[in-house]
Amino acid sequence: MSKKQKKVLIRIITSAILVLAFHFVPVENPYIRLVLFLIPYLIIGYDILKKAGLGIIHGKMFDENFLMALATIGAIILGEYVEGTAVMLFYQIGELFQSYAVGKSRKNISALMDIRPDYANIEKDGVLEQVDPDDVETGTIIVVQPGEKVPIDGIVSSGNSTLNTSALTGESVPREVHTGDEVISGCVNLSGVLRIQTTKEFGESTVSKILDLVENSSMKKSKSENFITRFAKYYTPAVCIGALILAIFPPILCILVGQPANWQLWIIRALTTLVISCPCALVISIPLSFFGGIGGASAKGILVKGSNYLEALSETKYVVCDKTGTLTQGVFVVTQIKSVGEMSDDMLLELAAHVESYSGHPISKSLKEAYAKELDLTRVSDVEEISGHGICAVVDGQKIAVGNVKLMNQLGISPIEPPATGTEIHVAVDNSYAGYILISDLIKPNAKAAILGLKEAGVKQVIMLTGDTKRVADVVAKELGVDITKSDLLPADKVSEVEKLLDAKNAKEKLTFVGDGINDAPVLSRADIGIAMGALGSDAAIEAADIVLMDDDPAKIATAMKISRKTLRIVHQNIVFALAVKFACLGLGAIGYVNMWWAIFADVGVMIIAVLNATRALRQND
Amino acid sequence: MKKTYKIEVDCAACALKMEEAAQNTAGVKEATVAFMPQKMKVEFEDGVDETAVMKEVLKNCKKVESDCEIFL
Repeated sequence: MSKKQKKVLIRIITSAILVLAFHFVPVENPYIRLVLFLIPYLIIGYDILKKAGLGIIHGKMFDENFLMALATIGAIILGEYVEGTAVMLFYQIGELFQSYAVGKSRKNISALMDIRPDYANIEKDGVLEQVDPDDVETGTIIVVQPGEKVPIDGIVSSGNSTLNTSALTGESVPREVHTGDEVISGCVNLSGVLRIQTTKEFGESTVSKILDLVENSSMKKSKSENFITRFAKYYTPAVCIGALILAIFPPILCILVGQPANWQLWIIRALTTLVISCPCALVISIPLSFFGGIGGASAKGILVKGSNYLEALSETKYVVCDKTGTLTQGVFVVTQIKSVGEMSDDMLLELAAHVESYSGHPISKSLKEAYAKELDLTRVSDVEEISGHGICAVVDGQKIAVGNVKLMNQLGISPIEPPATGTEIHVAVDNSYAGYILISDLIKPNAKAAILGLKEAGVKQVIMLTGDTKRVADVVAKELGVDITKSDLLPADKVSEVEKLLDAKNAKEKLTFVGDGINDAPVLSRADIGIAMGALGSDAAIEAADIVLMDDDPAKIATAMKISRKTLRIVHQNIVFALAVKFACLGLGAIGYVNMWWAIFADVGVMIIAVLNATRALRQND
Repeated sequence: MKKTYKIEVDCAACALKMEEAAQNTAGVKEATVAFMPQKMKVEFEDGVDETAVMKEVLKNCKKVESDCEIFL
């Protein structure tokens, strides 16, 4: 408990004891009774009265302080001393509880995201010196001892160790690192001493980016939050006017029809409605739920950039997945080489590997790996990449084209169709067909369960987009249970496919695109929600995506949806519950069935229940 | 120009009041207050003196919520 909270607690206890004591003191004189009760009332309520007063001075009077001050002062004027003080007392108890719960959930979330490194070790004359990570320049060698966090992104310059990446990715299996491996900040070094040459400044490092992202996520507010903001703006003034009408009209009506006016009764009813209508429960529980949901998600390696995205994710009915790197591992392996004519299989691979030597595409990597020998880049010239088709280059003076069927057709060559499925890489030498290389990608172990999980989470259709051929795509789609497959797409086609889907769907149904973040930034930003997976280290993807999955496990997509649905369920429960109780009590209060004590429950009780419910959002179990 | 400031505010409704007060300050294009992380993000109009604007923002916030704080 903070100092402020302790002070309030002491005020609550003192004031409660005094109210109880004075309640049983037999004082007949009403003036002495008033003075006695004013002591606990002012102890507990002076700050509220002060704020209400300042609000009136500044012309911003319709807030919860004003409601409370008006209701309690009114009650005291009418001689209801115990009720008047009790309302203030319980209101403060509610506020204290709320402040405690909020503080606790802030602490829980910072504990979940405990990845901020406090220092970096630099070796100076054989002695380790602890410095602020912010002061470490790029290229410095830092030393990370077992048990310490890696403070800055870099490359291991010496040492072997295992790293615990669970705080970043939620993945519990430690990762082995050796000299030359890239390491990202935020991991915990488990076994050996590592010397790391930093490649970024602290501010640009993964850990800073993640913390920044999580801390700023509450800035993007959800529709529910905006609704409550607008609601609270009109609600409180409306309630005050309603209470005023309730206090004045019925008595006047009574006088007109010749009945006794009964002013006191109606004024008490009006004051009761003021207490009931305090909007605190709604206003606090909604940001608290989203904060908890986003925090719970980040503990699982799912970074949500704003409450609005968490909210939209729960409304997702269409999930569009990229195939390669998302549902499949994106690790291609050469499974078959077939040369035709005079070409030998080895020569075909050699040519293809050289043509692809400048490309960073996964397919090029697999060709280079299969070739396994050192590439002689001096043999290659005039490299031209034709997006979505392949690459043409001159190798040893021969014009070589390496690419898919489309490229061959463009060159006027009809390639042979391989009997097995996989990604086909056709090779042409000086415009005559030389053979093909077949490359296969492996489906991720969790991909099937992930798609099943999405369906269970209420997704209507899972659509797979791929630049691969229809044959390969269909095999993968069938195995995974994908509903619709669009194949043979160029990167630009993916955007137009997503746009088509966006146009066709109902505006209330959201479309989520999931990609690995490599060259799908345009699609990520075009979709209602863009999810980039395994995106650690890829700044462009983190920038373009709305939700970032820190590892590349597709099952996390379903987990994210579950978290969002749970959070939104809590938000809706709280809105409905709080409004229902309040309106019911308001209605009953107006006709006299609800006394001041029920009003206190409708205010403080509802708020405590709503806050307790909201804190559930933080706990995300599998 | 956007800047984020650390704030101290006790209740969510008060945070909303601060947000409105900040938005209505001259020189502020857009302001968002996030209650849970206790932060205020301010986007300034072009060519204004941020320090002066923020002093005004703090003054306006204090008007609507006397015990709030913005750490400038």
